[in-house]
Amino acid sequence: MTLGGAAATFLSILRFVEPVLAGERPRLVLGEMMPGLALVLELEPLGLLFALIAAGLWLVSGLYSIGYMRGNDEVHQTRFYVCFALAIASAIGVALAGNLLTLYLFYEALTLITWPLVTHHGDAEAQRGGRTYLGVLLASSLLFLLPAMAATWWLSGTLDFRPGGILAGHASGGAAAGLLALYAFGIGKAALMPIHRWLPAAMVAPTPVSALLHAVAVVKAGVFSIVKVVVYVFGFDFGAEAFTWLTWVAGFTIVAASIVALRSDNLKRRLAYSTVSQLSYVVLAAAVLTPLSLAGAVLHIAAHAFGKITLFFAAGAVYTAAHKTEVSQLDGVGRRMPWTFAAFGVGALSMIGLPPAAGFVSKWYIVSGALAAEHWLALALISASTLLNAGYFLPIVYRAFFKEGKDEDHGEAPWTMVAALVATAALTVAMFFWAELPLALARRVGA
Amino acid sequence: MLEHLAALQVVLPLVAAPLIVLVRSRPFAWLATTAVSYLCLLCSVALAWRVASAGPISYALGAWPPPWGIEYRVDALSAFVLVAVSLTASFVAPYAYRSIAAEVTRDRQYLVYAMYCLALAGLLGIAITGDAFNLFVFLEISSLASYVLVAVGPRRQALVAAYQYMLMGTVGATFYVIGVGLLYLMTGTLNLVDMAERLRAVEDVRPLLAALAFITVGIGLKLALFPLHQWLPNAYAYAPTMATAFLAATATKVSAYVLLRYYFTVFDPLPLFDRLPTRELFVALSMAAMVIGSLVAVFERDVKRLFAYSSVAQIGYITLGIGIDNQASLTGSIAHLLNHGVAKGAVFLLLGGVALRAGSAALTLEHLAGLGRRMPLTAFGLMLAGLSLIGVPGTAGFVTKWYLVVGALERGWWWVVAAIVASSFIAVGYVWRVVEAAYLRAPASPIRVEAPPAMMAAGASMAALCVYFGFDTAFNVGGAADAATLLLRGLR
Repeated sequence: MTLGGAAATFLSILRFVEPVLAGERPRLVLGEMMPGLALVLELEPLGLLFALIAAGLWLVSGLYSIGYMRGNDEVHQTRFYVCFALAIASAIGVALAGNLLTLYLFYEALTLITWPLVTHHGDAEAQRGGRTYLGVLLASSLLFLLPAMAATWWLSGTLDFRPGGILAGHASGGAAAGLLALYAFGIGKAALMPIHRWLPAAMVAPTPVSALLHAVAVVKAGVFSIVKVVVYVFGFDFGAEAFTWLTWVAGFTIVAASIVALRSDNLKRRLAYSTVSQLSYVVLAAAVLTPLSLAGAVLHIAAHAFGKITLFFAAGAVYTAAHKTEVSQLDGVGRRMPWTFAAFGVGALSMIGLPPAAGFVSKWYIVSGALAAEHWLALALISASTLLNAGYFLPIVYRAFFKEGKDEDHGEAPWTMVAALVATAALTVAMFFWAELPLALARRVGA
Repeated sequence: MLEHLAALQVVLPLVAAPLIVLVRSRPFAWLATTAVSYLCLLCSVALAWRVASAGPISYALGAWPPPWGIEYRVDALSAFVLVAVSLTASFVAPYAYRSIAAEVTRDRQYLVYAMYCLALAGLLGIAITGDAFNLFVFLEISSLASYVLVAVGPRRQALVAAYQYMLMGTVGATFYVIGVGLLYLMTGTLNLVDMAERLRAVEDVRPLLAALAFITVGIGLKLALFPLHQWLPNAYAYAPTMATAFLAATATKVSAYVLLRYYFTVFDPLPLFDRLPTRELFVALSMAAMVIGSLVAVFERDVKRLFAYSSVAQIGYITLGIGIDNQASLTGSIAHLLNHGVAKGAVFLLLGGVALRAGSAALTLEHLAGLGRRMPLTAFGLMLAGLSLIGVPGTAGFVTKWYLVVGALERGWWWVVAAIVASSFIAVGYVWRVVEAAYLRAPASPIRVEAPPAMMAAGASMAALCVYFGFDTAFNVGGAADAATLLLRGLR
């Protein structure tokens, strides 16, 4: 069911690629919710790309979770798949939202529907993690995003996403900066520090959830929303001054989260903080506010999705096959699970931003954008973070392949899991060599 | 016949009550109550439709023309309240049969139905009458009936709760009637529209200020406006479930209606509000209610009391709109009469089913443990209603909050916006205690059994309405916006 549904979803979104590239913007009004405020779905390049990623990786992770859930004898499997599908539906809803209200609706739905997935194990730890998860995400969206949206409505009289933005001429100076702050911290899913605590907390979830939702659907819904707000609510002409502080916050998050990741022994926690850091690349790139860096931001949404899901898949495969969760236990595991760790290596390259992985392409655009804007801070941060990324990923690969481990009797994880993680690793490499489609979409964002 | 609809609306339940007492048969009592509730819904929808298409209806009771006789007057606001009340009644009545059978001793059951009919008559009467003293009479009819409804509750504390409720309620009613007396002295009329006309000619505003103060405090008591809410948690916690659901969804809302009526129809054109800081008072008290009520709810162990304190907070949303006093905020306020009624009605109706299956009238969080597995529909319904209390988009509660926030922004009151969102975040705290108990704790017994179908249907449909009114806001926002326009224009 999951696989069939995922394939159908993916194909139906794929159908729209051609017309959207040709400049069409299919629009579907679902109904009017309040006077002047309708629920609208609209396809534009950015949303289309995100929807494609979400649906495509749902297909792969559907395959993966079958192996994982059976391999670990998880309970409530039906509830799991139902919530999983609803979560993806919400993420695609976020992707296709034609105005802020619709986006907010699906955004909150995504938070709520992933809560049962995070607390899947039902024990005290899951409950604690679930509380942090829900608490932080709902607090940020209720306390900041909702007022931001209401203020936008009050200032500009519309919540539609329009090329060029809707706030230009309605807000300026302090008001605009305040509004941007409300948006940036209100969209808690983008995990800007200090609103990042929910993401490590969400790691109590089964690994397929961490992989798809907390590397792809949920966090990408966050940065996607930020890019969307920057481009379609504020607009390019807004002037980079209002965004200066955002680059500082994003930059701080990039470095700080990398340092935390460097110091975490738990593999999933390390990956989670790596995600926090990588998400801020997207925010940073969007805040630099040049067409090149924006393309980089959009590409990075895709590149990070492929890379990080591979890493999480690998972590889950290690847990299923060897029941290991800490980095320090991984000595020599790579020799018994060569496919898994080869894929892990590809994912790691992509995180660092080295060829031949997708991360290189997006980083290239972000760096070019920053250069074009002479944004030296951004450049310095990106280079520092690249080193840090190398610092916490390469030792894992080294340990797994070259250190002598205790002799243990296990092989690879079930074949569906291996197939899935090899597929995403292949996608990561493929996006390096064939980046035309995402690039084409990325270049049309905001036009 | 059609022009008598307005009278029929009140007469039907008023006649049903003595009939039920005379016949004394349980099935008859239930049938009569249910039939009356549905007929009232029909009447009120018909009235609302006529008001929407042809403007306010004025009905002279006994053919004595106003302002001498009692006038029943249905405008956009009263039509909205009528529909909200009778809609709740039409869910509670079918639910009542099993619920009352489980919670009230056999020989008293017919009395509960009779009292319910009286309370319904009183509440509908308040909303429909255009006469200040007649309003007092209906206020007393509904209040006296509510005291009895609380008193027959299954636990012994119900008597104390009813006594408290009665004490506070009587003080409130007395204050109200003193206020009306002052107004009558100054104007010589009891008809609200006529009174509004004549008040403009009154030069000495001091008695009017006193009247305003008396009415505000009196109705504030009935409304459970913070800090006059002390009677509410006990009354809600110890009353029989159907009474709690009915009163929580309607009684305080109708009192809010009275407040709106006096503030905007009667007093509005007068220079009173510069002399008495009522607007600031309402904003301050409402914010306190929203934050403190929610906070208390977070730490409450008894589930019914938890949701009762949530009511105190939610009533704060309603009065906040009155304090902000513009089109958007009043729309939010009036819409919340229905939005909150539906959510709180759903919560208490569903909790009734849980209490029935748990065999305990007192519900703590332990009784909800594993509800997601034992009573999946009930647990899901509770969660939906809870989401509406929080104000998650896609639920009725969100709509209210949106209008209140926009209203506060129009005034430039950022701190009010902060209080609104803070209160809804605290609401996550108490709602999620319930959700966690229902879904994460292990059930005491793994037997899966839902509430009886009639009870389940009522609770589930009200929970579904929470979502329905979150997406299709043609009635709740449309009606409320019409009413708000009307209020801000006055009745002139």
